[in-house]
Amino acid sequence: MANDMTVADALLSVEDLRTWFHTFSGTVKAVNGVSFSLKPGEIMGLVGESGGGKSVVGFSILGLIDPPGRIEGGRILFNGEDLVTAGEPRLRQIRGRDIAMVFQDPMTSLNPLRTVGEQMDEMLRLHTELDARARRERCIRMLEDVGISRAAERLASYPHQFSGGMRQRVVIAIAMLAEPKLVIADEPTTALDVTIQAQILKLMRHQIREHGASMVLVTHDLAVVSEMADHITVLYCGKVVERGPTDDVIRRPAHPYTRGLIDSIPNPEHRTARLSQIPGAVPDIRKLPKGCTFRERCPRAAAICAQSEPALTLAGERAFACHFPLQEGEIR
Amino acid sequence: MTAMLQVDDLRQEFRIGGSMLDRMRFTDGRLRFPDRRVQAVNGVSFAIERGEVLALVGESGCGKSTVAKTIARIYRPSGGSIRIDGEDISRHGVREMLPVRAKMQMIFQDPFASLNPRQRVRDIVAEPLLEQTKGRAARREVADKTLALLARVGLNTEHAGRYPHQFSGGQRQRIGIARALSVNPGLIIADEPVSALDVSIQAQILNLMMDLRDEFGLAYLFISHDLAVVHHIADRIGVMYLGFLVETAPRDRLFSAPRHPYTRALLSAAPSIEKTRPREEIELSGEVPSALDLPSGCCFRTRCPLAFERCKVERPTLRDTGGGQQVACHLVDEPERDIQ
Amino acid sequence: MSATFLSSEFFHNYKRNLSAIAGSAILLAFTVIVLAGPLFVAQNPYDVAQLDLLDSYKPPVWLEGGDARFLLGTDGQGRGVLAGILYGTRVSVMIGVSAMVMSCLVGTTLGLLAGFYGGRLDAAIMRIADIQLSFPSMLIALFLMSAFGTGIDKVLIALTAVGWVVYARTVRGSTLSEVQKEYVQAARVAGLRDGKIIRRHVLPNVLTPLIVVATVQVGSFILIEASLSFLGVGVPITEPSLGLLIKNGFDVLFSGLWWTSVFPGLFIMALVFGINLFGDFLRDELNPRLK
Ligand SMILES: Nc1ncnc2c1ncn2[C@@H]1O[C@H](COP(=O)(O)OP(=O)(O)OP(=O)(O)O)[C@@H](O)[C@H]1O
Ligand SMILES: Nc1ncnc2c1ncn2[C@@H]1O[C@H](COP(=O)(O)OP(=O)(O)OP(=O)(O)O)[C@@H](O)[C@H]1O
Ligand code: SF4
Ligand code: SF4
Ligand SMILES: [Mg+2]
Ligand SMILES: [Mg+2]
Repeated sequence: MANDMTVADALLSVEDLRTWFHTFSGTVKAVNGVSFSLKPGEIMGLVGESGGGKSVVGFSILGLIDPPGRIEGGRILFNGEDLVTAGEPRLRQIRGRDIAMVFQDPMTSLNPLRTVGEQMDEMLRLHTELDARARRERCIRMLEDVGISRAAERLASYPHQFSGGMRQRVVIAIAMLAEPKLVIADEPTTALDVTIQAQILKLMRHQIREHGASMVLVTHDLAVVSEMADHITVLYCGKVVERGPTDDVIRRPAHPYTRGLIDSIPNPEHRTARLSQIPGAVPDIRKLPKGCTFRERCPRAAAICAQSEPALTLAGERAFACHFPLQEGEIR
Repeated sequence: MTAMLQVDDLRQEFRIGGSMLDRMRFTDGRLRFPDRRVQAVNGVSFAIERGEVLALVGESGCGKSTVAKTIARIYRPSGGSIRIDGEDISRHGVREMLPVRAKMQMIFQDPFASLNPRQRVRDIVAEPLLEQTKGRAARREVADKTLALLARVGLNTEHAGRYPHQFSGGQRQRIGIARALSVNPGLIIADEPVSALDVSIQAQILNLMMDLRDEFGLAYLFISHDLAVVHHIADRIGVMYLGFLVETAPRDRLFSAPRHPYTRALLSAAPSIEKTRPREEIELSGEVPSALDLPSGCCFRTRCPLAFERCKVERPTLRDTGGGQQVACHLVDEPERDIQ
Repeated sequence: MSATFLSSEFFHNYKRNLSAIAGSAILLAFTVIVLAGPLFVAQNPYDVAQLDLLDSYKPPVWLEGGDARFLLGTDGQGRGVLAGILYGTRVSVMIGVSAMVMSCLVGTTLGLLAGFYGGRLDAAIMRIADIQLSFPSMLIALFLMSAFGTGIDKVLIALTAVGWVVYARTVRGSTLSEVQKEYVQAARVAGLRDGKIIRRHVLPNVLTPLIVVATVQVGSFILIEASLSFLGVGVPITEPSLGLLIKNGFDVLFSGLWWTSVFPGLFIMALVFGINLFGDFLRDELNPRLK
């Protein structure tokens, strides 16, 4: 598949993934040809507008797509093994141990009826051979690592006895317990305040680096991604429109959509009277226009954009899908 | 000239009942059922001039929305005064409020929950104006005005007959803005109007709000937790923490010379795509105290990296520090402790 | 409008749901009976002049001794069982539907007030509802009927007294969650008074769940009324409902004159079955959580 590194040295390689939902009002091609790959130790940011398919990519990797959804095509190679064809029993082994997940709302991944200690212990019992004593020590150490003081006492607390930020710390602690190779974090800090968000992001980055794991960070917040990720993949209407090392993409976006996104963030360093805005709204994903899906909002659109859909073009470490990519330093 | 909005020592307390069993306490040999009180707003004062944008920022639960909704008289304040154009409305009833409603309107956060799903767009937009109008002929004019308003916010005539679910989040927010504009208010209270929107749509709505301000000379009380947005739109900024206003200053001054430790932490924590300026990271530790149980002394002392003895016993009040800046922190008196 | 209905998801699911189709077919049949029942039989069972004691206890036509004029046989007064059923269904359905409407009005009003104003009013209404719910509804209805005496109006009052609670609770719950929503606050900011906010904004948004409750309740009201009449405290003898027909027939059931009670019994069963089938379908369709 179109990729600049060989599949062999990638930890995760998603190739031409298509995940569709067959609903009454039509087929929702939520993910329709998404490719990217991730090396060990790397953080990859998946950004894009609401409904762009970011979460569905995350769920597809974890094999958590339920009917009416279905993975219609493509491969998800994890350590060389294709997760699309792996089957539920194998996926259940992989989830938690090799691939961990952190969601936006910590309460969805914590059981309100059981103590934090029990939930952490269960994780270790399932995925390691440690004895009870060692498991308990590990849990305490992990909670301390994520910055929860008096960890030994806190093991006996229930999730509702923690604040939102603390709960997200607990979720991260659970996710990191079995030393996964890959963490998928879907908007892990969107529900939190800026000061708490900063703490959690720092903590996640530290944990990932410490354990030599990789992370797919799903978010709509370009600023968060630019501070966290090594690489960025930008999705629009279920497709990758641009991909590359974070600094390159932020400083020198090639795709008009990426450019538009970056420009519409108010920038305290260069205040302007008006923000530059992307006109219009994301089209209905069930009735996508022919040609480039960004056409109706694009300032560079030309006749050809209505006829042919731009393919993902590779340029060194970067890739973009546009007939008229922006050149270095060019403004729109 | 009187200010568009003048708020003095505004307080808001919520009694949270809960069931008798939850509240049951056994003290001094007697069974009691004390009310628990959330002290959401604890004496906030500020003013907004005509055409001015004042932004309130702060973390979740610090009382921003409560301030907004109390001023809009969705709630009755438990203390303090609210003056619109000089008229104290803090004790007004529904009937006395009606004329005031024509001077002050509100835009809400949730583009989905803020529009009645069973009303057509034209009825939604016309509602505040219809309340102000008497007589059939006048009502007919309302219909025309409604269409004009929709056009002004970028929607067309055909949209007027539709229901809210047929619109995207950004379009719904435009409908909410048109509704607020219908009575030609002088002040618009906007409670996180762009927080639920994607960045590209955020920019559209912020531009629209700024255009409307220039066009109609609107004043905004703009509530947000996004500092980049606030920097873009506000003339002046107030920082809230736990129901207290801890610092207010003109925009540029607040961003270049924040005085309150919480403001500094907030500024340093905000993620940014701009990496030109190396950020001094101020890590906050400790938990946000609950509004049910305010700490003694300074409300921020449980997390403040610079807290000292006096902070525990004495609650700092807002003090002028020049240049239109006001800060509620003991460090103003003891600058030698302020290691910036 | 009709074109959009035919292509809607609701109709699409309906077409594929056998029990929904069966339920609505049964309901359609009963609608015809209620509207046009008397046209199917020559005799008016309430008109004493049309009764002939010589016709008493005729078996259904297909049995020996059957009479072509009386398809399902006759009772002790020479009334055709079918004629009795067709007229009795009207009474039963009329009572079920009217009592449902009355319960709905009372319950919805109280639920709206309780949910909107909260506080003491809410506590008072909900405590009454709790007390009410801690007795079986049959017991309450029986008690009221024995206090009031028989009569259609009294049955309606008794059923309403039993039935309002479910609306009050459902509406109160939805109202509590609706008043939190920003569009209600927006109405406040627009300057609307409470009454208008409740009528224009809250009410239309709390009605949907009531459709299911109302449908199923008609079925259970028909059954309660039948039981009351069976026990002799329901409708008066002069206007027999299905329940009263069953009771009248039951007295002679063990003399081998089974048709006088079994046929009304089958009808009431079919009616309630149809209502419940359709109610279940509505519940699945209107409940967003099950989707
Ligand atoms: N179970 C489902 N059934 C039908 N459509 C679905 C389902 N799940 C997701 N979709 C659709 O897939 C598309 C992509 O959704 P997804 O949740 O991945 O978006 P996202 O990029 O994560 O957006 P957000 O930023 O809002 O979380 C959306 O149009 C959504 O409506
Ligand atoms: N109606 C209410 N009854 C009881 N407590 C309330 C009520 N409304 C708000 N509160 C409490 O008052 C405090 C302030 O809430 P408020 O909604 O004003 O915060 P906020 O700053 O707007 O937060 P956010 O950023 O999350 O919107 C919180 O502790 C909240 O739980
Ligand atoms: S292909 Fe055309 S329409 Fe699409 S982004 Fe590029 S220039 Fe714009
Ligand atoms: S008063 Fe004390 S605790 Fe409060 S902000 Fe200032 S230094 Fe920190
Ligand atoms: Mg998502
Ligand atoms: Mg709020």
